[in-house]
Amino acid sequence: MNAPLVDIRNVSHRFGQLAVLKNVSLAIEPGSYTILLGPSGSGKTTLLSILGGFVTPSEGKVFIRGVDCTAVPPAKRPTTTVFQDYALFPHMSVGGNVGFGLRMQGVDGATRAAKARDALSLVGLAPAFDKKPHQLSGGQRQRVALARALVIEPAVLLLDEPLGALDLKLRRQMQDELKAIQKRVGTAFIHVTHDQEEAMALADHCVVMNDGHIEDEGPPERVYARPATRFSATFMGESTILSGTVAEAKSGIVTASTPVGPVSLPGASPAGAHVALAIRPEHLILGEATGDVALGTAKVGDVVFQGSFKRVLAASTLDPELQFIAKAPASATVGAGDTIAVSCNPQDIILLAD
Amino acid sequence: MRAIIRFAAWVYAIAIYGFIFLPVVVLVLFSLQATSFPIPPFTGPSLRWYQAVLTDARLTSALVNSLLVAVLSSLASVTLGFLSAWGFARFVLPGSALLRGLITLPLTVSYLIIGMGLLVLFNWAGVPKSLLAAGIGHVVINLPLCFAIIYSQMGDHQINIERAARDLGAAEWKVLLMITVPVMAPAIFAGFFLSMTFSWDEFVISFLLTRFETTLPVEIWNLLRSGLNPKTNAVGSLVFAVSIVLVVFFELTLLRRKPA
Repeated sequence: MNAPLVDIRNVSHRFGQLAVLKNVSLAIEPGSYTILLGPSGSGKTTLLSILGGFVTPSEGKVFIRGVDCTAVPPAKRPTTTVFQDYALFPHMSVGGNVGFGLRMQGVDGATRAAKARDALSLVGLAPAFDKKPHQLSGGQRQRVALARALVIEPAVLLLDEPLGALDLKLRRQMQDELKAIQKRVGTAFIHVTHDQEEAMALADHCVVMNDGHIEDEGPPERVYARPATRFSATFMGESTILSGTVAEAKSGIVTASTPVGPVSLPGASPAGAHVALAIRPEHLILGEATGDVALGTAKVGDVVFQGSFKRVLAASTLDPELQFIAKAPASATVGAGDTIAVSCNPQDIILLAD
Repeated sequence: MRAIIRFAAWVYAIAIYGFIFLPVVVLVLFSLQATSFPIPPFTGPSLRWYQAVLTDARLTSALVNSLLVAVLSSLASVTLGFLSAWGFARFVLPGSALLRGLITLPLTVSYLIIGMGLLVLFNWAGVPKSLLAAGIGHVVINLPLCFAIIYSQMGDHQINIERAARDLGAAEWKVLLMITVPVMAPAIFAGFFLSMTFSWDEFVISFLLTRFETTLPVEIWNLLRSGLNPKTNAVGSLVFAVSIVLVVFFELTLLRRKPA
């Protein structure tokens, strides 16, 4: 069995009294693109700082290529970081910035320049070699920071919300480029973000974090389709959540009593357990009840046209606290104030412990 | 009514600038006097008194002494000021605010008190009166200034730049020399030139701490004891010209800063 490239074992960290990481364990495979996804304060950036060596965890160990790196300073560990504000050296040319890491390794000037040029062409910025960072746009600075971090061939590249400062269009474009560059160089990337679309688009392995611990991890398709926790179901994409109690459980079918009536679905929870049923917006069926599970009727509160579809918010007639979030076709004639039937199919309901 | 107010404003402005600059103008004007007394009527222009200054061995050696003390004490002040600013900005120190206050405190103490204190201290420690002693005195007054200027320019943005350098394998001293110093260069130069300005025409401390070899302001004071003379005007004008140049350098380095 191959040892993972990065092995985080039972890491906890406190800033004063505040516990920001609570017993986190995570393995990173070579060549993978890992996304740490979570809201602010979830501990994802602290975890990245621990990997980069800028923070020494209060407890636990970090192994990189099988070596204990827990207390190794950033200069001596095989990681490099792309900072959120890029942190380019303002007094050096772009070539000087990219060549800095090699210069620190004692590589001679000619080799350094050649490698820096290669790294810059990798990110599509070869002509900028002699420019100063302040002459570049935000997106270009981002690429220089990427080239600077990649040129010394780290075992792991750490990216701290690298696209956070870019506008939406540039962000989507850089996102595609990041993925392409990662595939080309084959270095393991660990990327922190709070943008779930970015996470789904980039990750081979998606780690959802909340309140200092890992809620869920796995391929983004799995995390989206079968989230492990209620948090994961609402943070990685939206979900309608039905809270309920298991009334009956036998032969792989669970029947839960919910505010909109009994709902039966495949699963295995003991009778009496509190559960949450999550349904993705695209799985809610509005109008004439064609789904096998009827969820009562709802009064439409808001319809937002989103181009290819309409996002519908509707409050259940049986329990106005319960908000349905549904995706209707762009051609749907549903309008605010309508009362409509809501249903779904049992295999689309995600059963979560509550 | 409005015209009167405008007129009054102009008169006030001319009066205030006259009040500030008239002494300097008179000093420079009568340094160009052709006759032996710096009093009206003006008989120049003539450069004879400048020639007299530059052929006076005592004055020229004092000028060299002054430059030496200014450059070396400013180098020491800016180096120590930079290192302490970096320490305070980058590390969590116990009682940081109190220590920062203490380091800038000499700015509020009169030069006379500092000079007397050093005189007593050097006497006790057996350090003779000398240019070195005066130079140390200038470091005492200029270090807080350099510290304050450099510390005020050390922002959080540079923390990540230093981190990036460390992350790419730079040892701590390389981070300091290759990243922090160049990035902070405008503040460092500003501190250096301002120290130079203050050291260049500082009198009290130099007067108290030097004996045979002395600095230009002390030598001018010696000259003044034998009465007014266009030569004192000429040397005073030279001191003023050098100060102006240093202040211009200071303003240029601090104000003309490139965007990061």
